[in-house]
Amino acid sequence: MNRMIKKSLRNTFTAYLFILPGLVFTTLWLFYPMIRAFQLSFYNWNLMPNIPNTFIGFDNYLSAFQDDLFWLTLKNTGVYVLVTVLGQLFLGLLLALILDQVTKGRVLIRTLLYIPVVTSIVVAALLFRYLFNSSDTGLVNYFLTDVIGIIAKPIPWLREAQTAFIPVFMLGIWKGVGWAMVIFLAALQSIPEEYREAASIDGASHTQIITKIVIPILIPTILLVMILLTNGAFKVYVEVALITGGNPLHRTEVLLSYIYYQGFERMNFGYANALSFMLAVVIFSINRIQLRQQKKLTHDI
Amino acid sequence: MIYKSKKSPIFWTVISYSILVLACLVTVLPMVYMIGTAFKGPTYIFDFPPKFIPSEPTVENFISAWESNHFERYFLNSVLVTILSTFCVVLFAGLMSFAFAYLEFWGKDLIFGLIVLFMAMPIIILIIPQFELVVQLKLIDTLPGLVVVYIAQNIPLAVFILTGFFKQLPRDLLEAAYMDGANSWKTYWKIVFPLSKPVLATVTIFASLGAWDEFIWANTIINTSSRRTLPVGIAAFQGVHTSNWGLIFAASMIAITPIIVLFIFMQRYFIKGTFTGAIKG
Repeated sequence: MNRMIKKSLRNTFTAYLFILPGLVFTTLWLFYPMIRAFQLSFYNWNLMPNIPNTFIGFDNYLSAFQDDLFWLTLKNTGVYVLVTVLGQLFLGLLLALILDQVTKGRVLIRTLLYIPVVTSIVVAALLFRYLFNSSDTGLVNYFLTDVIGIIAKPIPWLREAQTAFIPVFMLGIWKGVGWAMVIFLAALQSIPEEYREAASIDGASHTQIITKIVIPILIPTILLVMILLTNGAFKVYVEVALITGGNPLHRTEVLLSYIYYQGFERMNFGYANALSFMLAVVIFSINRIQLRQQKKLTHDI
Repeated sequence: MIYKSKKSPIFWTVISYSILVLACLVTVLPMVYMIGTAFKGPTYIFDFPPKFIPSEPTVENFISAWESNHFERYFLNSVLVTILSTFCVVLFAGLMSFAFAYLEFWGKDLIFGLIVLFMAMPIIILIIPQFELVVQLKLIDTLPGLVVVYIAQNIPLAVFILTGFFKQLPRDLLEAAYMDGANSWKTYWKIVFPLSKPVLATVTIFASLGAWDEFIWANTIINTSSRRTLPVGIAAFQGVHTSNWGLIFAASMIAITPIIVLFIFMQRYFIKGTFTGAIKG
C-alpha cells in the first residue's frame, strides 16, 4: 500500500518534469490569458495603469447585441465561411476525383495545386489586392474587359462592399483548394480497387460508380474536411486587413478584424474581450466536434 | 486506372486534363504574374495590356528591396524567431507527449484536454491579455516577445499529433528498454525520438511555417523598424511604397522562396501534416 503510493508519487513527479517546460508556456500565454480575457470582459477596461477600471457586469455582452456593426461582422463572417467552405469543398472534391483517375502528371499537378497552401498569407493577400486593381491595368479587370469581354468598363473592386468581398472570397478558395484536394485524394486512394472493378463488371456507369460507391465511402472524410475548413474560415483576418482594411465604412469587416479594431483602435478592451470570449466558446465547440470526428476517422482507416 | 465507360476513354481523358490544366492555370498564373512584376522596372508596372513576362527584365527591385528599410534585418529576425520557437516547440511538445502517451500521473486527462482545446485558436482571441502580459514582462517590441507566444501557440497541435503518434508505437520496445534499466528520459531519447523522426519532421514544418508567416502578433507588438519580421516588413512596404508593386513583390519573393523550396524537397512531410489539419491557416 505505502509502496504503491510512493511509486505513483514518483511517477507523477517524473511526468511533471516532462511536461513542465511546455506547461509553463501554455499556462502563461494561453490558459492565463483566457481566464484574464473572461475577467476583463466584465469591466470597462483601459490598459493605462493610472485610470480606474470599472466593473460593469454583463454590459459588454449586452451591448454586443445592440451593436449593429457586431451583427454585420457576424453576418459577413458567416457569408465568408459559407462561400469559401463550399467552394473549397466542391472544387477540392472535383479535382481529387479527376486526379485519382488520370495516370500521367499526377504528382506535378498535385504539387502545383498545393503551392498556394504554403504561400505566406500576407504575400497572397497583397498579390490579390494587386490582381484586383481597380484600373484597367489590373489583371482581373483586363481579363474581364479585354480578353473575354463580359464587362464594358473596369470594376472598381474595392470601392463597394459587394465587390470588395470578391477578392477576399477568391483568395480564401484559391489558397485552400489544394489542401482539401490532397485529403480527398488520399481517401480515394485508400478505397480498394476491387469495389469499383466489381461495380464496373456489373455494368455500372462512370457516374453511377462515383455517386453510388465512391461518394458514400467519402462521407466521413467530407465531414471532417468541412469541419476543418469551417474552423479555418472563422479565423479570416489577414485577408480582410490587407485587402479591404474593413472598408468602405466597416462594411467588409469580419469578426476578428472587428475585435482587433475595438481593442487596438477604439481601446474598448473590455468590449473586445467580451466578443473574443463569445467567439472562443464557438471555436472550442467546433474543436470538440472536430476531435471526435477525427478520432472516428483515423480509427476507420 | 480509368473506369470502363460507355463513352470512349479518350473523351474522358481529354475532359479530365482540360479541367486539371485550367485549375493549374488559375492556381499558378497569379504567382507567375507576381514573379513577372518583381522583375519589371518601375515604368513598366502599369503597362497596358498587362504582361506576364517583362519586356526588359531587371533585378533592380530585388537589390533595392534588400537594401531599403532594414530588409536584411527582417530576414534575419524571421530566421532567428523561426528557428528558436520551432526548436522549443518540438522539444517541449515531444517531452509532454511522451508523458501523455506513456506515463500515469495526476491531472493527466485534465491537462491534455485543456491543451488540445487551444488547438487552432486564432491569436486575436487572446491578444489583449497577451499584450498586457508582454507589456508587464517588458517583452514588448522585442523578438523574445514574439518567440514566447509562437511557442505557446504551436504547442497544442504539436502535442495532439505527437501524443497520437507515440501511442501507436509498439509497447514492447518501451518495456524492453525499461527492463534494461533505462529510465523515462533515456527511453524517450534512445527509443521514442529516433522512431518518430518523420512525424517530428511534420511538426517541425508546421511550427516553422507558423512562425515564419505570422503577421498579427508581430504587427501588434513590434514598433521599432529594425525588429520587424518579414510579414510585417512586407506589409509595411506596401503601406509606404503603395504603388511600387515591383518592389513589394521582389520583397515577397525573397520571403516565400525558402518555404516553397522547402516544400518541393520535403513534400511528403507537408502532405502528412495536412491530415492532422496542421498546415491550414
